[in-house]
Amino acid sequence: MEATTSNGKFKVIGTRPIRHDGIDKVIGRARYGADYYFPGMLHGKVLRSPHAHAKIKSIKIDKALKLPGVKAVVTAADLPEAANRLEQAGEMAINPHYLSLNILARDKVLYDGHAVAAVAATSPHIAEEALKLIEVEYEVLPPVMTVDEAMKPGAPILLSDLRNREEGDKPTNVAQHYQFKRGDLEAGFKAADFIVEREFKTAMVHQGYIEPHNAVGIYNSDGQATIYCSTQGAFDVRSLSAQVLGVPVGKIKVVPAEIGGGFGGKTTIYLEPLSVLLSKKTGHPVKLVMTRSEVLRASGPTSGSHIKIRMGATRDGKIVAAEVWMAYEAGAFPGSPVGAGAMTILAPYTIENLQIDAYDVVVNRPKTAAYRAPGASNAAMASETVIDELAEKCGIDPLDLRIKNGVREGSPQVVGPPFRRIGFIETCEAIKNSEHYKSKLTGPWRGRGVASGFWFNAGMQSSATVNIHTDGTASVVTGSPDIGGSRASMAMITAEVLGLPVTDVRPLVADTDSIGHTDVTGGSRVTFATGMAVYEAAQDAARQLRERAAKLWEVKPEDVELHDGVLQLKDSSSFEKGEGKPPMTIKELATKLSRTGGPIIGRASVNARGVGPAFATTCVDVEVDPDTGKVQVLRCTVAQDVGKAIHPSYVEGQMQGGTAQGIGWGLNEEYFYDEKGTLRNTGLLDYRMPTCLDLPMIETILVEVPNPGHPLGVRGVGEVSIVPPPAALANAIYRATGVRMTELPMSPPRILKELLKKRAAEETQSAAAD
Amino acid sequence: MSKKTLVETTINGEAVEFLCEPRQSLLECLRDVLEMTGSKEGCLTGDCGACTVLVDGRAACSCLMLGVEAQGRNIRTVEGLANGTALHPLQQKFLEHASLQCGICTPGILMSAAALLEQNPEPSEQDVRYALAGNLCRCTGYDKIVKAVLDAAKSMKSAAGSTKAA
Amino acid sequence: MHAFNYESPSTLAEALKIMKAYGEKARPLCGGTDLIIQMRAGVRQPEYVVDVKKIKELRELKFSARSGLRLGAAVPCIEIAENEEMRRNYPGLTEAAHLIGSLQIQSRASVGGNLCNGSPAADTTPALIALKAKARIAGPRTEREVPVEEFVTSPGRTVLKPGELLVQLLIPAPAAHSSDAYLRFIPRNEMDIAVVGVGASVTLDGDKVKAARIGLGAVAATPLFADKASESLIGKPLDENALATAARLASEATSPIDDMRGTAEYRRHITGVLTRRALTIAAERARKR
Repeated sequence: MEATTSNGKFKVIGTRPIRHDGIDKVIGRARYGADYYFPGMLHGKVLRSPHAHAKIKSIKIDKALKLPGVKAVVTAADLPEAANRLEQAGEMAINPHYLSLNILARDKVLYDGHAVAAVAATSPHIAEEALKLIEVEYEVLPPVMTVDEAMKPGAPILLSDLRNREEGDKPTNVAQHYQFKRGDLEAGFKAADFIVEREFKTAMVHQGYIEPHNAVGIYNSDGQATIYCSTQGAFDVRSLSAQVLGVPVGKIKVVPAEIGGGFGGKTTIYLEPLSVLLSKKTGHPVKLVMTRSEVLRASGPTSGSHIKIRMGATRDGKIVAAEVWMAYEAGAFPGSPVGAGAMTILAPYTIENLQIDAYDVVVNRPKTAAYRAPGASNAAMASETVIDELAEKCGIDPLDLRIKNGVREGSPQVVGPPFRRIGFIETCEAIKNSEHYKSKLTGPWRGRGVASGFWFNAGMQSSATVNIHTDGTASVVTGSPDIGGSRASMAMITAEVLGLPVTDVRPLVADTDSIGHTDVTGGSRVTFATGMAVYEAAQDAARQLRERAAKLWEVKPEDVELHDGVLQLKDSSSFEKGEGKPPMTIKELATKLSRTGGPIIGRASVNARGVGPAFATTCVDVEVDPDTGKVQVLRCTVAQDVGKAIHPSYVEGQMQGGTAQGIGWGLNEEYFYDEKGTLRNTGLLDYRMPTCLDLPMIETILVEVPNPGHPLGVRGVGEVSIVPPPAALANAIYRATGVRMTELPMSPPRILKELLKKRAAEETQSAAAD
Repeated sequence: MSKKTLVETTINGEAVEFLCEPRQSLLECLRDVLEMTGSKEGCLTGDCGACTVLVDGRAACSCLMLGVEAQGRNIRTVEGLANGTALHPLQQKFLEHASLQCGICTPGILMSAAALLEQNPEPSEQDVRYALAGNLCRCTGYDKIVKAVLDAAKSMKSAAGSTKAA
Repeated sequence: MHAFNYESPSTLAEALKIMKAYGEKARPLCGGTDLIIQMRAGVRQPEYVVDVKKIKELRELKFSARSGLRLGAAVPCIEIAENEEMRRNYPGLTEAAHLIGSLQIQSRASVGGNLCNGSPAADTTPALIALKAKARIAGPRTEREVPVEEFVTSPGRTVLKPGELLVQLLIPAPAAHSSDAYLRFIPRNEMDIAVVGVGASVTLDGDKVKAARIGLGAVAATPLFADKASESLIGKPLDENALATAARLASEATSPIDDMRGTAEYRRHITGVLTRRALTIAAERARKR
């Protein structure tokens, strides 16, 4: 089978079958992590710090243990000390010491919500009551809540052992400084006809999955533990939990439940080791589920940031220089996505002279975790609005400026080899030619804005097996938790290769013992890498089917072909003798497997190369209420290069979902901390995500520029659509109001403030003119 | 722990009895006591709608109702939406339109949509969006959800029309 | 949640007996959309939760063109929103009831509960104030009536004494050529707590304002009756000048705070904006009656 583009060669790929797990999900039968119940199961709850920054002087648990119904209480004393250095946990580099401290604090708490102890009891209500009986003595320290505060000389130090290369042995809150340089910055700016310099602040935001974190831990007396949880990566849960618990990976089996959203926030661990620890202490299965308040306070939101950017262009619209200073909140422990932010911020454009300085800074907030194209949306807010300004100064349509400077095949990347075949320009052109962009937007206080975005996508490791059943149907088993409908695509790829109807292929997501190592569902890699493994596993099964037919027909396997589920001789006249006559369906052959050598299992594992990066361009129309600053999104279109859409409905779904999150990020979502460092909006009332009434239909344009690195042309699609919206909205708001917003979110009070400032300035001007 | 109360209620058309403490919400009773895990917990403050059930025909957040309040009421959950194995048109259209990605909000949204269509068989797009404003979805951006509800309304209307004509 | 006892009296007399017996240890339960959240957060921990939804006086929704509206304290907002008489005679109050949260919240939340929760940001309270509503309170021995603008004394606290129960809201019949409107500002299109809420009722005599009342929410420690702003309109046509004056006086009546829903400055500005808009809508409606 060769990779083909959408020229009608595929029978299943490109169609829109109903997903195999769909019925369970619409009738309420699908089991998410919190839907698991076991005999004798206990309920766990976590005690969390009310202080943003404090020393733990003592923890007394005896009163809690005495409460009837309480079976165990654990603290960091129950965990082994973990190595304080970067180590490999599967594909990730993590610091086990910091990871462990985030699971249960030891000497210090570093954010409001930091876990301090955990309880297991016979009911969740009793567990909650027990928390009130745990006595913790704190010595409160001054909190450091922003990157600017943290980087100031003399700032309180969060981690006494944190050092960075540049400051030597000096304690610091700056974990990393990345720098990317190219060309001659000064010369570049000298040559520029127009220079725009702006400073941006973006607030910390949360992935906002509707399902809180959960875990059920079951520890057996032989030391084997099983964890049921909603996760984006069962193998990651296994290796990270093993690190924290100080046991070999083989002692833990992780069963991924259905997952109610992740977007990157469920790629790490919080409750999982606690569930095993409590199970070990009590001899019972223990279930822990976070409340919404805990999710917001103590899981992994993404960084707020401070970005300064200066860009220069010549009057023909060529960008000649760019300089960026960016600092991202890492949260309590190092590891913000500022590096990725630095590598994506100018990635869609060929710029000869650039310098990017990026800082990873710890602050007294929860440790940040990945959020859909981590780091890129913050960065694009800065770069894509400045580019809009430059386009205006040059008198060039903003899409044309992007096309003029846009990367294409052969263009250099900020880091790494030149781009292979990509579709950035095509997304700009798709928007330019769209009915939306060509339509007139009329009415006062209305404006249209565009912006683009880039995301690398990932390859990494995946495994797959394809089993041929005795009735000629198949099942395809992978280790990629399905967060968006990917298992349907796995079935479709298998069905395409074998020539079976897609309803005859059942996809399964397996636990860590039942499938080979598979890296996280994230980085837009499942359809790409797991799809690659599935493709190869299906090819392996096909090869075996041809071999069995060859055996029966007493010919060489090379003489047999499999097409549309039917095995046939390449030269049908060459059949002389053997059992049965060609052709033979897979269904027929399936009844003869035991005689011809036994069951057929197709298998493959990949460390996928040939990743194709993703680009998106988004166009949005807004209307601003000039008296209140409130923004209505009137219309929205997103064009994305999707490589090859295996199941177009789910590709559209990813584009729409990412866009919706980007709109929330742009307009109303933010973390509010008070001066003590306590999170004020710990619920979905005041952490304001878009409701159905806040959004219009989201039009999608699937641009298919096949990725040459994948047998089916697949390019990861899940993430990039979240990158352009905040900037697209800012550009639209500018055209509606004349005001350039430089802070996210662009909530009504912020917009009104700028509008009133502008009005006052205009009134002073016109008064002066009189 | 306070004494448990016996609650007698009707769930999905069947008479049901269960024991619960007053402090257990209806959501908790459905999930932890009755093993009906179709209704989901998302926020416990009535802001996400994942726990939406119908109480006497109206959508309500089961997390903000005590289990004891179900006494004598008529409760409908997602488990009762289909007619045996025959999916409700809303369920069918959600599958056809790919209106779910992770699916956690789906039960709540189906119940809100079912209540809407029972009240208003010919809703506009705005009517649908307003009726679903209390059900957060983070995966889909609501586009395919709204389209599925409108499509289900159409097909339910024409089915009703054809039974009338027959 | 803490462990509590649940009572479900069928008559007002029974309920008052329970409330008297347990005093401060008891808290009435209507829709639970505030109380259950507060109990989970440990903010309120009553030993006795008294479900008042069976009591017929609290479920009454009775309108007469002569004597006005008797709105039971436990009537869910959705029943108000769907009531044709309510929509025609008190469109502002109906709007307010239909704006609270989602449909799921409206099927349970009640105007009475909204008032008794004592939040300065309650949506229906400014609309009640604009309509000159009174709260009918039943105690162990007597009943009393309190103007709604005096009902909430500070955030979360009301004039209710231990043993007392809010039974009904009493709203005068709308006079000829009068109507009301309620507007609130929220950052999204639904689900948010009001950043500012303005209820306005206007009675016209020809093109002049005969009577007007403006109720404000979320801009002070309690819901407010903006008396100066209201009085400024009497005897005048509702023109640009009158609106601007009323808007300014309404803003000046506020003492808003900075919080995560808005700054004080923002709230003052929005108060003016919404006062204008609510008065204009109320007057338009009044002209048609």
